[in-house]
Amino acid sequence: MRSVPPWARVYVVCTALAAAFCAVPVPDTRAPWPAVALFAVLCAACELLAASRFAGDGGPEGAGASGEPGASLRWHTPVMLAAAFLLPPPAAALVPLPGALLARVEQRPRRLRRVWRAAQLALSTWAASKVHWSLGGRDAVVTSDFPYALVAAGAAVVAFCLVLTVLDGGILALAERVPVRAAWRGLFLRSLAPVAVHGLAGLMMAVLWRSPYGPAAALLVLLPMYVSWWVFAQYHRERAAHRATIRALVQAVDIKDGYTRGHSERVGQASMMIARELGMDDERAEVLRFAGILHDVGKLGVPTRLLRKDGPLTPEERRVIELHPEYGHEMVRGIGFLGEARSAILHHHERLDGSGYPYGLKGGQIPEFARVVAVADAFDAMTSTRSYRRARPVPVALEELERCAGAQFDPRMVEAFVRALVRQGWHPAVTADETPPHAEPHHPPAPRVPTDPDSGRRTDRAAGPDPRRGTVGGSGSGP
Amino acid sequence: MSTLSREPLPPAAGPTGPLPPAGADPPRVPLALTAVRAVAALVAVAALAVTLWGGIDERGAALAFAVLIGVGELARWSGAEERESAPLAAAGALAYALLGENAGHPTHDGVPQIVAVVTAASLLGCVPHVAKGRGPTADHLTRRVLTVAFAAVCFQPLYNEGRLTEWAGTGPAYAALVVALLLLTALWDAVLAAAMAHARTRWPFGPLLRDELRGTLGIGSAVCATGAVMALAVAVAGLWALPVLCLPLLLTQLSFRRYAAVRTTYRQTIASLARATEIAGYTPAGHARRVAALSRAVGRELGLSGPELTILEYAALMHDIGQLSLVDPVPGGATAALAPAEQRRIALLGGAVVRQTGVAAEVAVVVERQADPYREQPVSASIVRAVNAYEETAGEAGPGGPFRALEELRLGTARDYRPEVVESLARVLARDGLTLPLVG
Repeated sequence: MRSVPPWARVYVVCTALAAAFCAVPVPDTRAPWPAVALFAVLCAACELLAASRFAGDGGPEGAGASGEPGASLRWHTPVMLAAAFLLPPPAAALVPLPGALLARVEQRPRRLRRVWRAAQLALSTWAASKVHWSLGGRDAVVTSDFPYALVAAGAAVVAFCLVLTVLDGGILALAERVPVRAAWRGLFLRSLAPVAVHGLAGLMMAVLWRSPYGPAAALLVLLPMYVSWWVFAQYHRERAAHRATIRALVQAVDIKDGYTRGHSERVGQASMMIARELGMDDERAEVLRFAGILHDVGKLGVPTRLLRKDGPLTPEERRVIELHPEYGHEMVRGIGFLGEARSAILHHHERLDGSGYPYGLKGGQIPEFARVVAVADAFDAMTSTRSYRRARPVPVALEELERCAGAQFDPRMVEAFVRALVRQGWHPAVTADETPPHAEPHHPPAPRVPTDPDSGRRTDRAAGPDPRRGTVGGSGSGP
Repeated sequence: MSTLSREPLPPAAGPTGPLPPAGADPPRVPLALTAVRAVAALVAVAALAVTLWGGIDERGAALAFAVLIGVGELARWSGAEERESAPLAAAGALAYALLGENAGHPTHDGVPQIVAVVTAASLLGCVPHVAKGRGPTADHLTRRVLTVAFAAVCFQPLYNEGRLTEWAGTGPAYAALVVALLLLTALWDAVLAAAMAHARTRWPFGPLLRDELRGTLGIGSAVCATGAVMALAVAVAGLWALPVLCLPLLLTQLSFRRYAAVRTTYRQTIASLARATEIAGYTPAGHARRVAALSRAVGRELGLSGPELTILEYAALMHDIGQLSLVDPVPGGATAALAPAEQRRIALLGGAVVRQTGVAAEVAVVVERQADPYREQPVSASIVRAVNAYEETAGEAGPGGPFRALEELRLGTARDYRPEVVESLARVLARDGLTLPLVG
């Protein structure tokens, strides 16, 4: 939302006007004004507390005012809902205003975002209050008429959630230019569950607020919400740290092996594309991405001298390098969530005809993930520039893959990859320092490096699959 | 220092077996624990007997709370290091102990009935966990029974005699009193938990209590707040309040679970990174893990807090990572035998790697400073240094290695190794029997 489209501005202004219109009858409303003020102050205090506690942490809500769905939901939503359950609609609409207008907003344009959030929350609260009021829910809350109070609160929660998501979808479509249908799809259902939990907490707040124990007791309801929000923020921070650690791990491998930067990440990306094309669910696809990213992690265990050796490799040296899948498997053995990815790391150099390593598995014996990673690895090895040869263009690499399908690669994976590339193209997220291969489709053919009959390494990397063993680039580990 | 080094070496350091001290000490360890458990069992049995004799008052409320506690126990999650694994059951039990009115009618549940209902419901809820062999159930139940008994004894007699309403009325002051009682109960629970952990592990009591109290601020505060709200809300709105209040607390439990899961994964990834040096042949297998475990034990002995221990553990796991940048391995991975300048160079290389990994900057500092003389080091760095040196020497020297390793550390306390750390290490070794590093 760097430059706000004019229609989005109009939309925000209209929403603000609608919110103002809801609050018009305020002077004529009979409402417990001290309670309204108390609710509003509480809302603002919660908002400021959240901002001061987690400034710059990029908590779960981050800065998003309109960016992500449900961004307007914060841990103190129960306060607004409790206000909606107790106050007449125009008064309830005033409650979220001070908090939303005072809140810290990270992204620009700040003023517009503040106005937007205030208007959105005011309208949603007003709608919830209206529904609740017209169902006679307020009396049910005040007299603790229990099963009925739940019904009225449920209806109010649905109204709140509906208004919130409809408005959210509108701003997504106008400001972020998300297609309208995509903007609304699932938004309501996704936010209903959290809003319902907030609604129950809000109901209890309202009941206690009006009980002899007073508003102070009602505040206790907020504590579990605050704690879970805090934990959620911690969770996000820890997860970011975890990702950084994995990135550091693969960077170490890339540097050690003299790869162009980002090889591991790109293999992860290509593996993910194949997974999607094969129709794997999100969870498996994510694990497969990690398998691709970490496939060469065992190279940390191979002496740098060998990995970077310039001349031909002796058979012993080659054997040492060929240990890297087992090293990698040994290293990640303790990481529980990797699951199937561990087998991919162990077997990504197996070949369909059984001539690969470490175990010489054949065909279906090779785990599915390993077959995927093998294709992705070979493709990226061919399309990126290495110290000893230039990158090959994508079509040439695909031809190579297809030629070796059946002997080296699983034809199903190759087909899936080709289909995915035709549909989406190849846009590596982390490009090499050199010109990315897809930018120059008319590359001159890769220059042949002088062939040394003893060294499969140089030869097959430069010239593609060796006719005898048919090795395509591999991950550059040699034979 | 000479007096220190003349101290009789712990019997643990003997080459005969890895666990002699563990064999010498345990009879004393479980005794206190057994006593606590016995008290809890006695209380529970007495309460059950009295209740069976006298019958149950307020059956509806008793049943509702029993169901809540039972379900809460069923939903318990046997997380690795969680302080409150069944928040719902805990909140329900506390609320039942502090229940004064039910939808406006005063209740007259006696202490025995409350303890009996909570015990029976918790036992029933624990059955599947016991059947699957998950989690330390006995200690969990012991704490639950004693905590609930404490809260009920503080509250019910006063309430039933009408003193409480006399003092505080039925307004906000009453709510404040309930919250105060809950705070007291939380304090009692923390002391109990720390005492039991102390009896089990013989780690110093102070830091354990501090960690327990810090844990109370997290999910413990949510549990206490929900307990108080439940007690008050049932008084106003009747038993409908129970299911309504469950959901927010379940949300909290879910958040904690996810957080715990991501923390576990993170720790595993760091351990894998640490294994890279072992697989590369730079360090002996299991070295990083042993140094981390021993450093943690020493840190705990010296009274470091929970977050400090985590930093120490991560740093210990990655302390050799700088060797990955070396073109040729150090023989045996034994950095302690290298020249100081070389040691420091490797430490700095390691710090540079660690800084890329996204762990807290403190971890990188510990890794960087691990080779400095102890007077210039932070305590955690000196722990890593001493434990690493001990591990390397003891591993190489064969039988009698632990003796020699400790002796060498003690001789080095003038400049290299912090004396308190070395003595703490000696105590840990004497106690836990982690003497022969080849074990495990």
